[in-house]
Amino acid sequence: MSVETYERFVLNGRRPTTPAEVERQVVFHADRVSVDYGANRALDNVSFDIYRNYATALIGPSGCGKSTFLRCLNRMNDSIDGFKLGGNLTYHGHDLYGAQANRVEVRRRIGMVFQKPNPFPKSIFANVAWAPRNLGMKADLDARVERALRSAALWDEVKDRLGSSALGLSGGQQQRLCIARAIAIEPDVLLLDEPASALDPIATASIEALIHDLKLRYTIVIVTHNMQQAIRVADRTAFFSLDQNRAGTLIEYDSTDKLFSRPADQRTHDYITGQFG
Amino acid sequence: MRRRALNRTDRRVNIALRVLCLGAGLLLFVALAAIVEQVIVGAGPAINRFGLGFLTRSSDWNPPAQGATTAESYGAPLYMYGTVVTSLLSLIFSTVLGVSIGLFLAIVAPRRVTLGGRWRVSPAGLIGPLVELLAAMPSVVLGLIGVLVILPFFHSTVDPVIHAVLGWIPIFAKTYTAGNSLFAASAVLTIMIVPIIAALSRDLFSAVPQELRDGAEALGATRWEMIRGVVLPVTRSGVTAACMLGLGRAVGEAIAVEQVVGGQNQGVIHASLFLGGNTLASMIAANDPATPVTKLEGASLYYLALILLVFVVVTILAARWIAGDFKAKFR
Ligand SMILES: Nc1ncnc2c1ncn2[C@@H]1O[C@H](COP(=O)(O)OP(=O)(O)O)[C@@H](O)[C@H]1O
Ligand SMILES: [Mg+2]
Repeated sequence: MSVETYERFVLNGRRPTTPAEVERQVVFHADRVSVDYGANRALDNVSFDIYRNYATALIGPSGCGKSTFLRCLNRMNDSIDGFKLGGNLTYHGHDLYGAQANRVEVRRRIGMVFQKPNPFPKSIFANVAWAPRNLGMKADLDARVERALRSAALWDEVKDRLGSSALGLSGGQQQRLCIARAIAIEPDVLLLDEPASALDPIATASIEALIHDLKLRYTIVIVTHNMQQAIRVADRTAFFSLDQNRAGTLIEYDSTDKLFSRPADQRTHDYITGQFG
Repeated sequence: MRRRALNRTDRRVNIALRVLCLGAGLLLFVALAAIVEQVIVGAGPAINRFGLGFLTRSSDWNPPAQGATTAESYGAPLYMYGTVVTSLLSLIFSTVLGVSIGLFLAIVAPRRVTLGGRWRVSPAGLIGPLVELLAAMPSVVLGLIGVLVILPFFHSTVDPVIHAVLGWIPIFAKTYTAGNSLFAASAVLTIMIVPIIAALSRDLFSAVPQELRDGAEALGATRWEMIRGVVLPVTRSGVTAACMLGLGRAVGEAIAVEQVVGGQNQGVIHASLFLGGNTLASMIAANDPATPVTKLEGASLYYLALILLVFVVVTILAARWIAGDFKAKFR
């Protein structure tokens, strides 16, 4: 892309100020992506780029394909009966669904946290150590687990009971444990599907604070149905909605500031001002 | 809200239900007590004569020959050995097979397979009912299949191959039977238990929440790593209980085993699994305790039944203990 469009789209009209911004890399590039579940088209004609070390929010009414798109990014939809992806989806320039792509390797680099906390019925330590052990990263496991738990802002709360069951933690703690579990293998990207929707406001606030820290090291894509949350945590926001064929599609994608203050599309405007539907 | 007063019919039904439940519970207790009492009383003369020595004394089963005056002599070790060996062997085989089938049906099987372009079938939907059918197969039918199919096959193919390759190990030593052996009995028991373990473990594996499986796969685990790291650990107590249920069935199975086990009573425990043998249950099935040669033989058969009862109770207690132990660990 030209320097001009780069500045317009990536830096939202600001001049690049730090070297990091100048080199803002494209992590995911979606080009006319569509998804079918059997005979149902869930997602149609989605094209946009997701940038490195940004938190990118996906918002929109429920059923418009936010989760579907997110799960395409680490190929979690593969095992669903009848799933078919059209168009092109690349990760750092590699075709995610190409013949060369290895699903397991993709998921090792692109971690995911789900809507409902899903810790394994094992000890807190074993949860965080599970993936490193599985992938053969056994050197200094204790230190690795501690690092992951510290990064997930959970260490101080659990350091004295690492051996007790993860199921004994509160919902918010369980969700942070799932984040710790995902970052224990040092992924490149973290996908979060409504990570706070099952949590109380205090736990939600701690997850949001955590996302601010995490995006310094990871690229974050977060689905949320909560617009305030998108405003609080996301650098860029993608608004999805249903098109005339009732398939989900991307309506508008911009910096979070711009999208919420001066939306370009009437449908975005209606949605963020609560006039949807 | 005002509590609705029970009308007369309600009250009667209530009482009837309570009496019914109490009665059923009591009946169960009485039946169990009666069985134990009958077995102990029946075994009385043998217990008096041999005491605990019955469990260790020379393994012959010698009812007096007609008109002969030699002392009769009975002992249990041969049969205890047969029961332990056939049960454990079939437990090992059927755990491996049954859990594999369960995993296949619940997790691994492709949801749809397209045949010749138009026909789409679901392997799990096809095989699952067959497994259930096999689980309900009467054991005497299985024994018959054992006699008609398994024994000739063992005799012509399996035994010679195993003896040729592994014959130098005592348990695989060369034999001269028509295929009847402890090993053949284990094979028939395996066929009997596999569907039980397969059907139960399939249900357990299907009940593992999709979120847990997704969680593991999202962490870069392969399908197999997900199974080993999540599915098997969270279902371990249930699978163990299923295996113990199968074991209980194997320990007590009489007819099917009797049909293929060989039944020779030379009074010697053979090292080779490919020689004929006998189990506690098959020995009782082969010799009707109601019409024994002598009273002492009848009592000795009851003594075998008592030992069998103890084996079964121990199996069940072990199953409960293991299941409870795992439950405690996971919660
Ligand atoms: N596993 C699935 N099988 C079939 N259809 C699905 C599946 N998951 C989602 N869909 C359909 O895809 C559409 C988008 O769903 P989803 O991505 O979950 O939306 P969102 O996360 O925005 O609420 C919906 O119409 C939904 O019914
Ligand atoms: Mg969703």
